[in-house]
Amino acid sequence: MTHLQGIAASSGIAIAKVYPLEAPDLSFSKQDIQQPEEEVKRLHEALDTSKSELEKIKEHTKKSLGDEHAEIFSAHLLVLSDPELIQPIEDKIKSENVNAEAALDETANMFINMFKNMDNEYMRERAADIQDVTKRVMAHLLQVTFPDPALIQEEVVIVADDLTPSDTAQLNKQFVKGFTTDIGGRTSHSAIMARSLEIPAVVGTKNITSQAEKDSMIIVDGISGDVIVNPTEEQINEYKEKQAQFEEQKKEWAKLKDEPTVTSEGEHVELVANIGTPDDVEGVLNNGGEGVGLYRTEFLYMGKSQLPTEEEQYDAYSSVLKQMGDKPVVVRTLDIGGDKELDYLDLPDEMNPFLGYRAIRLCLERDDIFRVQLRALLRASVHGNLKIMFPMIATLEEFRQAKAILDEERENLVSEGQEVSGDIEVGMMVEIPATAVIARQFAKEVDFFSIGTNDLIQYTMAADRMNERVSYLYQPYSPAILNLINNVIEAAHAEGKWAGMCGEMAGDEIAIPILLGLGLDEFSMSATSILPARTQIRDLSKKEMASYKEEILAMGTSEEVVEFVKEKTQA
Amino acid sequence: MKEQTFTITSSDGVHARPATVLVQNAGKYQSDINLHYKEKAVNLKSIMGIMSLGIPAGAEIKITAEGDDEQEAIDHMSTTMKNEGLGE
Repeated sequence: MTHLQGIAASSGIAIAKVYPLEAPDLSFSKQDIQQPEEEVKRLHEALDTSKSELEKIKEHTKKSLGDEHAEIFSAHLLVLSDPELIQPIEDKIKSENVNAEAALDETANMFINMFKNMDNEYMRERAADIQDVTKRVMAHLLQVTFPDPALIQEEVVIVADDLTPSDTAQLNKQFVKGFTTDIGGRTSHSAIMARSLEIPAVVGTKNITSQAEKDSMIIVDGISGDVIVNPTEEQINEYKEKQAQFEEQKKEWAKLKDEPTVTSEGEHVELVANIGTPDDVEGVLNNGGEGVGLYRTEFLYMGKSQLPTEEEQYDAYSSVLKQMGDKPVVVRTLDIGGDKELDYLDLPDEMNPFLGYRAIRLCLERDDIFRVQLRALLRASVHGNLKIMFPMIATLEEFRQAKAILDEERENLVSEGQEVSGDIEVGMMVEIPATAVIARQFAKEVDFFSIGTNDLIQYTMAADRMNERVSYLYQPYSPAILNLINNVIEAAHAEGKWAGMCGEMAGDEIAIPILLGLGLDEFSMSATSILPARTQIRDLSKKEMASYKEEILAMGTSEEVVEFVKEKTQA
Repeated sequence: MKEQTFTITSSDGVHARPATVLVQNAGKYQSDINLHYKEKAVNLKSIMGIMSLGIPAGAEIKITAEGDDEQEAIDHMSTTMKNEGLGE
């Protein structure tokens, strides 16, 4: 038995035999050739075979996944007919007298590098497409078999270093029960396809290909990210049970996907999702999210060598807004600094980064960075239902300053003739106890509050959430926290505004009944928590929970709160 | 030689989907068809050429066609631009 931990990419459990999908050996040697005409002919034969294969894959994809997923192969086919790619390869063969393999490799790499270096993420991803197509041509030149997952005729779990878009599109759900890879993350192409195919998948296991032999049994747990090779009889039975439970639960949840979130007496609350990239929207919609409650924009800034451009940000924000239609999308402006560093900003190390120069504090000083983001957001606003919130607000002056910059940029855009939505709510995160305490004063000026519980707890308890020795102080149910939350919700409602919460507490089974009783309007959580939470809320009475409010707020300890909630909700 | 200028009205600029259709249609003509953006000109029969320009919304572009069927080519490119919601 071997156990590996990877990244859960597509939920569900698969138990089947290993089918290694090996990348073909595409090594070749550069050779001097005598008859360039022969090489050009070989090149065109390889191109033609590749094209007819891609036509088949495209047709197959159209049937199994729909036109939209098949479109990528129309683009792949055009690459194989692209004169700007083919002509240079032919020229190279003729002028340098090299074999077709070498000419293809050198020319393709030139394009791949060009796309990889573009400052637009969408364009950078196109490099993978070119790689995928040219590999197929290379395999035909070398006459090695290119893996063909469409040929699989028995129940298997695919094990591979990585899966290309064409590999994933060919997977036949009837036989391929799941897959697991060495590399990749939740947003890699194969992971996204796995979720739309609803095939359980675990990616990024680092070395599954060297651990799993063909035909041995394997368990892939796409919920937790566990992969077990050669499981014991006991483990197989245990996972079969989990599999059955998951299927059962999925059916229950699926019934509620398009239902509104209502309490037992029919009161509506909003269940929305936290996202980090436009790719996450698909998961929000598949899980019945009623909107996006927190779009973390940091990912646009991370893992790069320079600040993202206005266009790049506009593309990302518009994509999210368009996909969500008229559902609300709350975007949090840049929250960087503290534990989230950007090398290219060259910020000095700090003694207390969580209490230091970060988020809105940084944005107000570096308004050159802040203004670019606000312009991109304002321009994107015409594509949907945008709401903007500022992170780490401590004082009323900070909120006023941030809002003034936003208004200035709006005026600038309007005078440039750009269209901007006239209906953008502007709110703030409540993470700092100072703002929760005087929420009344803030409520007069903001359109909404979103309570960020992770930071609110750490600042209220004065306990670094990275320090394990004080982790016992991370107490979401502490009456201290609950009283602050109550203060914020009451303040919002007194001014006719709404209050939401983002952070894992909003999707927590114990916290949900309490928050419902306190009158929270919007719960923002990870997409996969939405349907379980909606199921739970349908059985809860808001009126009943509200009747316990004073009692809970007067309690002395976290334990008392938890015990009380359990007693009242587990009938 | 025939030419026509366009303003990109699609809010996503020239993305993969409309670019694919443009290139497919350009491939139907004998004429040399080029797309000019800023200082650069690329072959409109090349998907990689078009994509490499990263043409944003609001951009001014020019399409030229030269050859026996240049009039038909330029007309078809113009209708494609409109039908795909790319520009006018």
